[in-house]
Amino acid sequence: MIGLLATAGLGGLTPASLRTAGGAFGAIAGEGGFAGEYVTAATGSPADFAWLIPVVPALSAAFLLTFGRRIGRVSAAIAIAAVGFSATMATAVALQIAAAPEAERSIVKVVAEWLPIGDLTVDWALLLDPLSGVMLLLVTWVGLLIHIYSLGYMHGDERYPQFFAYLNLFVASMLVLVLGESLLVLFVGWELVGLCSYLLIGFWFTEMPNAVAAKKAFIVNRIGDVGFMIAMFLTFTAVGSLSFTEVLPRAGEIAAGTAVAIGLLLFVGATGKSAQIPLFVWLPDAMAGPTPVSALIHAATMVTAGVYLVARMSPLYAAIHDAGLFDVGLLIAWVGVLTALVAALIACAQNDLKKILAYSTISQLGYMFVAVGLGSLAAGVFHLLTHGFFKALLFLAAGSVMHALHEETNVWNMGGLRHHMPVTFATSAVGTLAIAGVPFLAGYYSKEEVLAAAIETPGAQLIWVIGALVAGLTALYMSRWFILIFLGESRFADDIHPHESPLSMTLVLVVLAIGSIAGAFIGVSARSYPRFWQLEHGELFEWLAPAVQPYVGEDPWFSETGAAIIVLALVACGLTAAWALYLRPADIAAVRARMGWLYQAMLRKFYVDELYERTVVMPGHLMADGMAAFDERGIDGFVNGLGRGTYALSQVGRRVQTGFVRSYALAVLFGTLLISALFLGGTLLGR
Amino acid sequence: MSGVPIGWYIALSAMLFTTGLVGVLVRRSVIVMFMCIELMLNSVNLALITFSRLHGNLDGQVLSFFVIVVAAAEVTVGLALIVNMFRLLGSTDADDADRLRS
Amino acid sequence: MDVLLAQTPQAEVVGSTVEFWVFSVTAVLALGTGLSVVVLRNAVHAALMLVINFFAIAVLYALLEAQFLAVVQIIVYAGAIMVLFLFVLMLLGVGSETRFSDRVPGQRTAAVLLGIALVVVLVGAGAGQFLGADAVCPADGSTGPVCAGLAGPNDDGNVAGIGRLLFTTYMWPFEATSALLVIAALGAIVLGKRQADEDVTDLPVVDGPADAEAGPELRGELVTASGDATEEQS
Repeated sequence: MIGLLATAGLGGLTPASLRTAGGAFGAIAGEGGFAGEYVTAATGSPADFAWLIPVVPALSAAFLLTFGRRIGRVSAAIAIAAVGFSATMATAVALQIAAAPEAERSIVKVVAEWLPIGDLTVDWALLLDPLSGVMLLLVTWVGLLIHIYSLGYMHGDERYPQFFAYLNLFVASMLVLVLGESLLVLFVGWELVGLCSYLLIGFWFTEMPNAVAAKKAFIVNRIGDVGFMIAMFLTFTAVGSLSFTEVLPRAGEIAAGTAVAIGLLLFVGATGKSAQIPLFVWLPDAMAGPTPVSALIHAATMVTAGVYLVARMSPLYAAIHDAGLFDVGLLIAWVGVLTALVAALIACAQNDLKKILAYSTISQLGYMFVAVGLGSLAAGVFHLLTHGFFKALLFLAAGSVMHALHEETNVWNMGGLRHHMPVTFATSAVGTLAIAGVPFLAGYYSKEEVLAAAIETPGAQLIWVIGALVAGLTALYMSRWFILIFLGESRFADDIHPHESPLSMTLVLVVLAIGSIAGAFIGVSARSYPRFWQLEHGELFEWLAPAVQPYVGEDPWFSETGAAIIVLALVACGLTAAWALYLRPADIAAVRARMGWLYQAMLRKFYVDELYERTVVMPGHLMADGMAAFDERGIDGFVNGLGRGTYALSQVGRRVQTGFVRSYALAVLFGTLLISALFLGGTLLGR
Repeated sequence: MSGVPIGWYIALSAMLFTTGLVGVLVRRSVIVMFMCIELMLNSVNLALITFSRLHGNLDGQVLSFFVIVVAAAEVTVGLALIVNMFRLLGSTDADDADRLRS
Repeated sequence: MDVLLAQTPQAEVVGSTVEFWVFSVTAVLALGTGLSVVVLRNAVHAALMLVINFFAIAVLYALLEAQFLAVVQIIVYAGAIMVLFLFVLMLLGVGSETRFSDRVPGQRTAAVLLGIALVVVLVGAGAGQFLGADAVCPADGSTGPVCAGLAGPNDDGNVAGIGRLLFTTYMWPFEATSALLVIAALGAIVLGKRQADEDVTDLPVVDGPADAEAGPELRGELVTASGDATEEQS
């Protein structure tokens, strides 16, 4: 295909930043080859100013970090204004993309040159296409809502300005990640969100557990990042560039083995960031941070970066899928579904309301990876979006509950809150039903799309079975969560009088609840919305087409209607079981006793943390101790030894100064002998 | 035997010199050490005179003359010093002069 | 006398057996007394041995055609310097050196070894080339292959020859050494002067007990009863 040059609107071209692409992808099966057509931003269009979207929050963060203490409460307003600006700009850009013809929807905007090093050229450039547009809207608008929520939640905290500064910084970093035009710029955003996650999890760092959790998050993320970096090295070696505009169209040309390696390593990075097996252990501990942080970072945005990465690199995964050497996509789907299962099981036995939600997040992320791994990228993104809504909602509701009960987190000390907090109760109900997968709420549709991808892929039967099981478990533990908090008898102390949260918090909850319902229409057509057993792809699938390369199969091995019914049945089972067990939780002890060791294992998170502690952390400590000992004894010993040696030497040398004249005379004789031998030696020998 | 090769005088001088030197190092009484120094000076004189004969001019003998004169002056002053040392330390043992010993 | 002084043109002593025997005996004497100086414990005995040594060396000077110096040696060295030594020995009442272990370990062994080494080096280097038979100094004024002989310079007599050199070439050193002698005499007087608060009886007496009336610089642990150079074990 020939690349098209766009002269839309006013301006002319900037030939230097032109990107043309298009390869011959005849070998690719699936829905046609990856078009990979990129245009430059027209001067004066919103896309031309798109670089402001991450920059404004970043500047705001810098400003707040410097002057925040002095301006106090006003910093919230500044922060919200910054994110609001970004949200507005993001909408404008999205509208521009929508208005453009389909072939011109991938806009590249080069902001500045960065690294011209030898054969590698990396610029600070933005890629504005449907995929990044979707993520852009999610990050900015949900970010804005959470900023507003934080007004009420963080009220009275002594580091109030810093919190908003860090939130802004996070939004800026996530935007860089999402808008980056090359793997390297994406990686910059990737690392920065990791940093912000660390800063925000450890926001109340004066308590040791919070600091430890922050450190754990950062380090586990870092482990994944090694995979990402090696993938970047391989990509550069294979393609000669790190820009998406060059890598993606040419993904099919990469040697099969290298492509598999790159795909695997990128996924390793994704497991770190998106908390999949084996690097998921940081997410539950990250609940030590303030609840808005959990909502924003660990539900809606940062953890979805891994899914975004895989979706972005879909041409590569499609090429791997077709090369047939080793289907990394299938592996991704397997890891996703197993993670979903393990996390769901653990969530069933947790007692901390935020930890339940954390494991739920891990589980739902697993679903997303199932979708993108099997090649149905739009389904993955759909679930990402809906999950962003209802998970953020659930977390913020949890925050609301915690505020009302004076930071209580054990669900067994709650109950009966529906009387005291009606708005929170209602919105939480919506969120719970959404995540459980009840029809007419967004969660059902997105989950169905994910499972549909499994149905359509021959060979994914077991994945579908496990996925369906997880759906049932999700219904179980989420309704358990809901029932124990809001229904039944009050189990909290008598001197606590919970009341509803302020408007800044409840308003956000309501907006998100609406999103949890209306979000359905993004991914399924309005027609199939009421006919929930036979879904049709909605707008999102079309929208994402220019940006991704789906490779999901098209011959289902089971009837879709039948599958939907089975899943619904499992969900209903889960709901009823929770209803029966937890409404009157007095009998729960008997159930636990019957489950015995399984319950213990689930409660203890399957001992994964302990395993890591033994195998990784302790050897690390030993090595550190060894190094310290080496430094102390080896290096210090060497240096001190030099000193001691000098001293000892001087002690020996001291003996020369006897103080006796005769010994000095002896020394003189000795010297004389040497000199005379030297001088006369010639004569001696020459004789 | 028809005479003494001139080298024997030099050898004798060397042996006397070494004897005096060892004496300086071995004896502990400063007066005896001084006497050994005089022995060394004499051996040097012997060598000078021998070389004077070897070369056929009297310069060596004149030098030797001066050595004797200076030795005399030196003995004068040196013995005065020894007397002073005896007054200070109460003994003429060289090993007792250890004020500079740490 | 003439025979020994080899001053006459008919000197046949030089380069003859007489020289050889005189040399041998005298050399042995000199070496023997030299060693005795080093070895004898009693300082006075050592001094007397040294006197004999000086006499032997004077004989050697005469053998070497340095007649003037032979006499000067006897007069100045044996006659003045050694007398001075004996004076001081008597004055200080120094007795025998007692045989105690050295405060400096290994001193004696090292000294002896190094001495032997030095002898070897000096003899080898200095005397080595002159030890052969051709290094004999010839008789009656001729010049030998190696040794020149002093028959020429000694033509008017040794004294005249030395005098000639002394008052012409070596005038300046001559004057300087004269001054040196005067200064040395002065120095000796100054050094030997007694302190104001000292008197003659301050010097410790041989075999006397440690004096309570001894002068200030003689009090303290360094004062020994007999005035011997006894060693203190430290």
